[in-house]
Amino acid sequence: MRIALFITCVNDVAYPATGIAVTRILRRLGHIVDFPTRQTCCGQMHANTGYRAEAMPMVRNYVDVFDGYDAVVVPSGSCTAMIRDQYPRLHPPAASVAARTYELSELLVDVLGVTDVGADFPETVTYHPTCHGLRMLRLGDRPLRLLRQVRGIRLVELADAEECCGFGGTFALKNPDVSTAMLTDKCARVGETGAQVLAAADNSCLAHIGGGLDRHRSGVRAVHYAEILAATGAAS
Amino acid sequence: MNRPVAPATGGGRIRTRLPFPTAARPAVADTQLRANLHRATRTIRGKRARVVDEVPDWEALRDAGSAIKADVQRRLPELLEQFEASATAAGATVHWARDAAEACRIVVELTRATGADEVVKVKSMATQEIELNEALEAAGIAAYETDLAELIVQLGDDTPSHILVPAIHYNRAQIREIFQRRMPDVPADLSDEPSALAEAARAHLRRRFLSARVAVSGANFAIADTGTLVVVESEGNGRMCLTLPETLISVVGVEKLLPTFTDLEVFLQLLPRSSTGERMNPYTSMWTGVTPGDGPQDVHVVLVDNGRSAVLADPVGRPALSCIRCSACLNVCPVYERAGGHAYGSVYPGPIGAILSPQLTGVADNASLPYASTLCGACYDVCPVKINIPEILVHLRQQAPHPLAERATMGVLSWVMRSPRRWAAALRLARAGAGPLGAYRQRRTGARTLRRLPWPASAWTRSRDLPLPAPQTFREWWGKQ
Repeated sequence: MRIALFITCVNDVAYPATGIAVTRILRRLGHIVDFPTRQTCCGQMHANTGYRAEAMPMVRNYVDVFDGYDAVVVPSGSCTAMIRDQYPRLHPPAASVAARTYELSELLVDVLGVTDVGADFPETVTYHPTCHGLRMLRLGDRPLRLLRQVRGIRLVELADAEECCGFGGTFALKNPDVSTAMLTDKCARVGETGAQVLAAADNSCLAHIGGGLDRHRSGVRAVHYAEILAATGAAS
Repeated sequence: MNRPVAPATGGGRIRTRLPFPTAARPAVADTQLRANLHRATRTIRGKRARVVDEVPDWEALRDAGSAIKADVQRRLPELLEQFEASATAAGATVHWARDAAEACRIVVELTRATGADEVVKVKSMATQEIELNEALEAAGIAAYETDLAELIVQLGDDTPSHILVPAIHYNRAQIREIFQRRMPDVPADLSDEPSALAEAARAHLRRRFLSARVAVSGANFAIADTGTLVVVESEGNGRMCLTLPETLISVVGVEKLLPTFTDLEVFLQLLPRSSTGERMNPYTSMWTGVTPGDGPQDVHVVLVDNGRSAVLADPVGRPALSCIRCSACLNVCPVYERAGGHAYGSVYPGPIGAILSPQLTGVADNASLPYASTLCGACYDVCPVKINIPEILVHLRQQAPHPLAERATMGVLSWVMRSPRRWAAALRLARAGAGPLGAYRQRRTGARTLRRLPWPASAWTRSRDLPLPAPQTFREWWGKQ
């Protein structure tokens, strides 16, 4: 299957390891991954902050770049939700490619029908279901089904897992006090698990929680779950 | 009847005085308040989840509730006239109020006409919205709240911070302190046991019920085909007010209409489970005009617009008028739990307030509220009438006045990101520009992150480290394949 990777703007500049991981997982499963270099950003930050007109060129660019592919994989629940939920309303011709755009766990579990991707990750991991994946895409336990098949992994449950971490895009900057209060509680719950690694489907949320964990020198690493699924050695 | 033209925006207690982020700051710093809110919202949302999970057709009920409300919104003028005709035929007098000031004036005049100088009140959001207590006080009429939580708030010279639980920001020790300070007849050794506090309030209120000649209420539902008003409550204090006084004045937002009596079948299942987490609320009072010799003989209904017509005119924002004031969205909202209800500056706090208040006043008057959300979507999931709150928040952000610097930044980012060539160049520039700094931080601290940045980036770095661009962007890695 010929699968296009939409890396997302944040991952391209700050988290290339996540894109490399997605590429490795899909190649290991025998698929061809394409990375059309004319891709930019999904436009979510603009659209959700009240700048729809400024988001529209990005929406149209996404359609131009990806419309020819059977499937587009996105290592972000939030960007996938922007494309699937908002694109058809913002730009009706986007409906077709939006329906063929999948968050990584949807592509693996629903489209490719695999849960064991041959990974090996001997560490203690807790998983935070990020909001847009959880409530807009209804990812359910797909990411966890994939993680449970990883050799050596010890998955521990996160209390209040479904509560937002307080990132919310520009919310973190516009409402720093409330955002920080939510972050503090989330970091406390992560700390209580005793996990070495916090995994999630969105590097933007992980930058927020991970940034808080680092600030408190918790020793917990924030890692996109794709990087766990790609790991085959003793450690990632 | 000569029907007035509604003004574009509403008045009353629906405007933020301070922007939400500023207003939230003291609440976030108040650890007692945070603990009170955390404990209370966690308890209610747990109860709600249990009683909702046991209903096999909950999703169908939500769909029905949403559809009935959408139907009401489509033919509201017709249903209002039908309600007026039915209620009038049953012996009630119907009044129309364009805005908060007009509604208050009508209630004051009706009370004065009875010669009474005090009223007892049933818990009501509409009267809080129009600031009726203040208007009555200015006219020399004392208004006594009889709902336990509203009484606590009133005695504490405070304002409600939650739709269902107006005193949610107090714990029981704080409530005992308010009672001891403001109830002249309370025992000196009053304990903070809930039953003792309720007993003190009961003794205090009983005298009011027996002497009051006028009661003021709101209504949860107004039934167009019968002219019936419905109040749903837990304590029975509402029932006292609705049955004992001679005169009953009910202030009802125009969106409270339901087409037929049988529609209550849906809403009397949705409301208690969503709000108090009960299968059925203890007291449901219904009255249709006047019943000779039984209950109030002088019955008035004040139908209030106060900005609702403007909400109705916006097809995207309109579902905010479907709200049945259950507060399920408040109880699941992580922002509400940290900021508390007062930060929203309106009688309608939480997610529903963030979409309702700005629409009632016009977005420019409440510009910070549509941004008082992470768009996590927990509110939409629990809403019994399926109001897509995140979608409406984004819609209102579109109308909000944008700060100049933000607009400029967003414009530049859009200009860069709309062009594959410019975006690729920007990525190279970001990687190269931050490269030496990232390498330095990596050597110094073991991570490519920054800990302290000047304003406005300090809004981020005050509580979290900021990741720097990676040594190689993804597309550079791809290009080397």
